[in-house]
Amino acid sequence: MLKTFAMGGVHPEENKISTNAVIEYMPVPAQVSVLMNQHLGAPATPIVAVGDKVKVGQLIGEAQAFMCANVHSPVSGTVKKIEPVRDAFGLWKPAVIIDVEGDEWMETIDRTPDIKRECTLEPAQIVAKLKEMGIVGLGGATFPAHIKYSVPEGKKAEYLIINAVECEPYLTSDHRVMLEHAEEICIGIDILRRSLNVPHAYIGIENNKPEPIAHMKEVAAKFDGRLIVEPLKVKYPQGAEKQLINAITGRRVPSGKLPIDVGCVVSNVGTTFAVYEAIQKNKPLIENILTVTGKKLASQHNYQCRIGITYADIIKHSIGELPENTGKVISGGPMMGKAMSNLDAPTVKGASSVLVIDQSEAVRAQETNCIRCGKCMNACPMGLEPYLFSALVKNGRIEEAGKHNILDCIECGCCFFSCPANKPLLDEIRLGKNKMRAILAAKKK
Amino acid sequence: MKLLNVSGSPHVHSDESTKKIMWRVNLALVPTLLVAISYFGLNALLISLVSVAACVLFQWLIEKFIMKVPTTICDGSAVVTGLLLAFNVPATCEMVWLVIIGALVAMAIGKMSFGGLGKNPFNPALVGRVFLLISFPVQMTTWPRPAAKMFGSFITDTTTGATPLGLIKEGGAEALPQAWELFLGHMGGSLGEVSAVAILIGAIYLLCRRIISWHIPVTFIGTAFIFSWILNITGVSPVGPLTAILTGGIMLGACFMATDMVTSPMAKSGQLLFGFGCGLLTIIIRTWCSYPEGVSFAILLMNAVTPLINRGFTPKRFAK
Repeated sequence: MLKTFAMGGVHPEENKISTNAVIEYMPVPAQVSVLMNQHLGAPATPIVAVGDKVKVGQLIGEAQAFMCANVHSPVSGTVKKIEPVRDAFGLWKPAVIIDVEGDEWMETIDRTPDIKRECTLEPAQIVAKLKEMGIVGLGGATFPAHIKYSVPEGKKAEYLIINAVECEPYLTSDHRVMLEHAEEICIGIDILRRSLNVPHAYIGIENNKPEPIAHMKEVAAKFDGRLIVEPLKVKYPQGAEKQLINAITGRRVPSGKLPIDVGCVVSNVGTTFAVYEAIQKNKPLIENILTVTGKKLASQHNYQCRIGITYADIIKHSIGELPENTGKVISGGPMMGKAMSNLDAPTVKGASSVLVIDQSEAVRAQETNCIRCGKCMNACPMGLEPYLFSALVKNGRIEEAGKHNILDCIECGCCFFSCPANKPLLDEIRLGKNKMRAILAAKKK
Repeated sequence: MKLLNVSGSPHVHSDESTKKIMWRVNLALVPTLLVAISYFGLNALLISLVSVAACVLFQWLIEKFIMKVPTTICDGSAVVTGLLLAFNVPATCEMVWLVIIGALVAMAIGKMSFGGLGKNPFNPALVGRVFLLISFPVQMTTWPRPAAKMFGSFITDTTTGATPLGLIKEGGAEALPQAWELFLGHMGGSLGEVSAVAILIGAIYLLCRRIISWHIPVTFIGTAFIFSWILNITGVSPVGPLTAILTGGIMLGACFMATDMVTSPMAKSGQLLFGFGCGLLTIIIRTWCSYPEGVSFAILLMNAVTPLINRGFTPKRFAK
């Protein structure tokens, strides 16, 4: 019996149509906009001025707050402007805009293709380097890695879990990275494992990826049993942190707590590749792997691209222009990704895909009465009652929704996905969560 | 520039819809309908058609002229109500027009007065059926005997006789047919409740389609079986457990009416209690009340406590 999480979950159509597209290198664009907050927390502070020359990998945004991450230049050239730009979802974010000139890298970065296996850094040095290199979690939340790997006083890490589940439909960047960079990933994982001082790291991969499982097992075998590949039963949202911890360890993260409270640290497999490059090659987080996919696209791609390139540039290079009846362009997967409103916006560290959805699939069906079928409840991986939240939030009974643990919701979308009445359950729950947080914040004051 | 759609996630849907669910329930009722026609002849077909047409028409009229909302008759739920109502009446000529009254009560009082599909606390077909039973007790308990053995002929035998439960009430339990005959449906009864086989075929389809879960039917039938077995061995009732579950409306009620999503509890744990309550009440009514059959009342009573069950029985929370 393959492991999986305890309750709920759905099986959306997988649509992994870009699985066989080898990772290509995206050409460097003429201009990039580097956002100063590409991570969870406070924005980094720009430390360059207009007119400054920068090199690839040079620090341009410094983490001065606690919850913050360094930002490096992904290109070489001249700083043109330092001003807010609109991100892909229409919000203004502080940014450094750089005109590209050539491709001159910092000398400290090891650009040779050789794999560097030895690492003698102490745990504290590893964490310091993660901070220096601006590493953040690439699974979605972009949590600064140096904070995650500094285990707080009084807590102990017992499990390092690597999230290679990629349970979102369409996305294939993790799949490709595992096939093409398995050894680097494993070195990265081993470094993280050592920084936490735990004996084993568990790599969770869903069973619908036989090739990556076989390949990762083969490579992980060279690490004397320290890295364990754990095939998992296919079920969305297995890649959600709490669900993955539950699937692999059987433990449950209590409400409002962090994985470390149950002795777990979870990192995305894409992050571990960035960790390898940062620790072993001195390369800051300036590139990420993006899937460009969609049923109606003429070709499917996986790219390694410089962070800060605009989505419009990616689309232009990969598919020319969007198909005629494009309805939505999504950053991330179709279950949890965000629909973009502004394709002239730059990519950020956590970007994982450009998913093009046809108009016919982009429009929601007509909402009808709830028939109390309970599908939302059975699909909820957190054991909540989405139908109830919907009614309570609509009627302004936010505190009551809070009593029914609305804040436990991980926004996986299983409820809305399975609702036969097409009720926008998650929209209402998000509204309720925001209002509930506001109520709690007001009470604290 | 072309504008893009923006909305919150998720951006894909399972493609499940109320309409699909309701039409699948209708499909699941087809074997029962076919058996009814083969047993009771054209009367059964006519009653079913009139009942369905009346339910759909009443819903349309109410939505168009009273509620003034776009019609929802295409969702198939009125057809489900129509079929279930027809399945709950005897296949006599009088029922062809009486069922129209039942349909009016089912739709107007049972369903639309609460706001339509999803808002009704009681199973509309049972509301219509119980109204008919109370208002027309003679017509509702005049049972034609099934004529054909199995899909044999369309010619009906007009003789009437008691249902097995009626026989039991009158103290004639020894005249009961064999259990296997009951299983196939060789007995008097409402037109949709006689053949357990046909009902089970439909129920298995619904289980496979995940429209119903096993919780309500199994606990309903199981409770009725165990409770009537206890009453039987203690000498309280002459009816054996197998006869108890194969006669009357238990099969139809447990598989198609107690499982109505709208009026049954949502959590699995609540559904177990609901099924238990239905089974227990059915046997209590059969054994100690003046009515020979108690399925309709049992389900309606449990419908009434469903909101309470929903409050008390919620899913187990993942994160404590």
